[in-house]
Amino acid sequence: MNIPSNIITLLAGIFLTLISLWYGQHHGLMPAAASEEAKAVDELFNFMMTIATGLFLLVEGVLVYCVIRFRRKRGDRTDGPPVEGNVPLEILWTAIPTIIVFILALYSFEVYNSLGGLDVDTSKDLPASRLEMADEEENHHHHHLVALNPHGGHLALGIGSGKADLEVEVNAIQYAWIFTYPDTGIISGELHVPVNKRVRLKMKAGDVIHAFWVPQLRLKQDVIPGRESELSFKPTKIGRYPIICAELCGAYHGGMKTTLYVESEEDYQQWVEKNLIAQTQDNPSPPSGYKPHPLAGVTRDTLAQIPHIPPQSL
Amino acid sequence: MVSNTEVVKKEHRERRERRLIDYFTFNTDHKVIGIQYLVTSFLFYFIGGAFAEAMRTELATPNPDFLSPELYNQMFTLHGTIMIFLWIVPAGAAFANYLIPLMIGAEDMAFPRLNAVAFWLLPPGGLLLIASLLVGAPQAGWTSYPPLSLMTGKWGQEMWILSILLLGTSSILGAINFATTILKMRIKDMDLHSMPLFCWSMLATSALILLSTPVLASALILLSFDLIAGTSFFNPAGGGDPVVYQHLFWFYSHPAVYIMILPFFGVISEVIPVHSRKPIFGYRAIAYSSLAISFLGLIVWAHHMFTSGTPGWLRMFFMATTMLVAVPTGIKVFSWCATMWGGKISLNTPMLFAIGFVSSFLIGGLTGVMLASVPFDIHVHDTYFVVGHFHYVLFGGSALALFAGFYHWFPKMTGKNYNETLGRLHFILTFLGFNITFMPMHQLGLMGMNRRIALYDPSFQPLNLISTAGAYLLAISTIPFIINVVWSLLKGTKAERNPWNALTLEWQTASPPVMENFEEEPILWSGPYDYGIDTSPEATAQSVEEMLADVASK
Repeated sequence: MNIPSNIITLLAGIFLTLISLWYGQHHGLMPAAASEEAKAVDELFNFMMTIATGLFLLVEGVLVYCVIRFRRKRGDRTDGPPVEGNVPLEILWTAIPTIIVFILALYSFEVYNSLGGLDVDTSKDLPASRLEMADEEENHHHHHLVALNPHGGHLALGIGSGKADLEVEVNAIQYAWIFTYPDTGIISGELHVPVNKRVRLKMKAGDVIHAFWVPQLRLKQDVIPGRESELSFKPTKIGRYPIICAELCGAYHGGMKTTLYVESEEDYQQWVEKNLIAQTQDNPSPPSGYKPHPLAGVTRDTLAQIPHIPPQSL
Repeated sequence: MVSNTEVVKKEHRERRERRLIDYFTFNTDHKVIGIQYLVTSFLFYFIGGAFAEAMRTELATPNPDFLSPELYNQMFTLHGTIMIFLWIVPAGAAFANYLIPLMIGAEDMAFPRLNAVAFWLLPPGGLLLIASLLVGAPQAGWTSYPPLSLMTGKWGQEMWILSILLLGTSSILGAINFATTILKMRIKDMDLHSMPLFCWSMLATSALILLSTPVLASALILLSFDLIAGTSFFNPAGGGDPVVYQHLFWFYSHPAVYIMILPFFGVISEVIPVHSRKPIFGYRAIAYSSLAISFLGLIVWAHHMFTSGTPGWLRMFFMATTMLVAVPTGIKVFSWCATMWGGKISLNTPMLFAIGFVSSFLIGGLTGVMLASVPFDIHVHDTYFVVGHFHYVLFGGSALALFAGFYHWFPKMTGKNYNETLGRLHFILTFLGFNITFMPMHQLGLMGMNRRIALYDPSFQPLNLISTAGAYLLAISTIPFIINVVWSLLKGTKAERNPWNALTLEWQTASPPVMENFEEEPILWSGPYDYGIDTSPEATAQSVEEMLADVASK
């Protein structure tokens, strides 16, 4: 039976599309998603994976087909057909990638905006008066298209929304993370947050550049000495997730890890109370004029949680 | 009288015979310099490769048990620096030096002495870098971000800076030569659009080198002041800004990616038509896309800084420009596929490496577009996903194409044929080893393994073991390569003038080319890729033989 070649091409195209669509959803390459934002990033990745799989199969398929079908026969010393180009085809394979990356750029922009990447309020470099103006502006227009107005003021380092339920100060030093809860005064080597609450991290580095990364949140932001950076997220899944330093920070960079505990409201309150008691016991109120050591208030328990902390930084 | 001139001529020719010692001296012949570049770059490839094997051995287990963490950081700093500045970039310069004058019918480069100076900056630069091991090699990665680079051993870091300054100068001098030679020294009948595509890609590369390398030099000089003189250009402790260093660094180092890949795009555009016996598909599209990549390459640098000190709008701008690079790159990939389509493909070693290049570079390109997407990049930045990505671009891309070019022009450069079986074995081992090493890295990065670490989470061990096994296979793959080169040089059969029946000018002269490149002024009797055009396919072979017989009988 002789099936016309255009039908075979059509079938191959459908097959390729189906495989790409399936693999784009079932690659299983991402760790668990612990927030809505992480799910949005995953959907974006799945979309890119679908297109990439399609293009991968198309080009590799053409290569394999060429190698099998267009091999030089033994003893054949002649040349192939003198085809030097095909303008419509070349326009097609210029236009299609252009359209794909255009769509991808718009989609990525949307996702980035939904993460709070273009949020005005995150700005820390902004003087207070201009911050208020920016606030008003935001109330007038309910979208945050700062990309179209780059001179509206400095934007923050990092991503996140201004309205947070819990604020935590993060201090990154070689090779430890120290979390300070300004509301309660708790200082900890681990990050405990309640589930379904928006958390804002205000991050500073004490020595070199570090980067705060929680793979399950799909969020990462460099922590740069000499300036503050921010990160905000709203975890929706109770669990323990690694906090990893992602920017090379020295020999024990690989050991600069701790844990993010996303807890139920009750568990979180319990943890807060336990630490409040522990910290008041360890640190009776200091005499006036006493300047605390940067790590004062860190309990022995906290220190034990911090891996590889070099003695000179204590 | 007649015999007398003959004797003089003969003496003249003998005196001008190429001697082995020439390759160890300050020689101005572009062919010698090309070989010097190629051999030197491969010596460093083996050193950089040994460092990589040490790293993969360390990463076979989650604990830092084979190398100390300090030594591990020195290894990856040296590995990255060597592979970029002492292997891929000089290997590109090797092909450019050897091929450009031959391809355009010139006797030498525009500035032969400058050319020799450019090469002779390379060995001291390389030795300086290796010698840093004696005082404690740099540990801050090939990116050497301050403040870390200001805190991890002063003299090792300073030697790294001086080494890069030497190598960067060498690169700039080379680029001046390539651009001038291509623009000014073509034979009369060759206009820009009848140049081989390799020349186009070197034109684009040279433009990038000239525009971006000085910026790296300025960044490194300022870093050097911070390191030695205690200034605070980049040191936040004294009010400096480490993010400015990142901008300056990547202003060069992203274009560096294209400096490393564009010459090899050119190599592939030469290899594929010859071994497919078909004209290149879309000559102008491929030529202009090199220029487009070169231009776009200059305005994408901050995509390396999406999680650094960059405001949101800046991230969006660099996302858009970065994604656009996919368009000219896609044009090239599709055009190479279309060149093969309907051709008469010989699966010899250069063609195998070329096909391996297209299939691997494709993966690097696809993950590259993904990385351009800011929300996704925020997750995978500084992870093994990025390590996988850039090894698919630089090893699967540049290195495989480098081997394709190496085997393709081996007969021309050495006058000897290589062993096809060993060449194919080299390809199979390299291709398998490469994919086994770098494919698992993508998943590792997505799952949460950060890069530049000697100790990692035990849950990542299985994939790391696969990767290490692949790295050992890559080490093994160099054995047939070395045997092939040594054996072919010593015992290989003599190569013909034009073993591939190629049309570009370098194949019109002897193998290896005579001292003056061409015995007489070369004639441009066809375009570089006019396969199957001016002869009727069936009669060609016979008619040439008949013509030769005719000439012989007369």
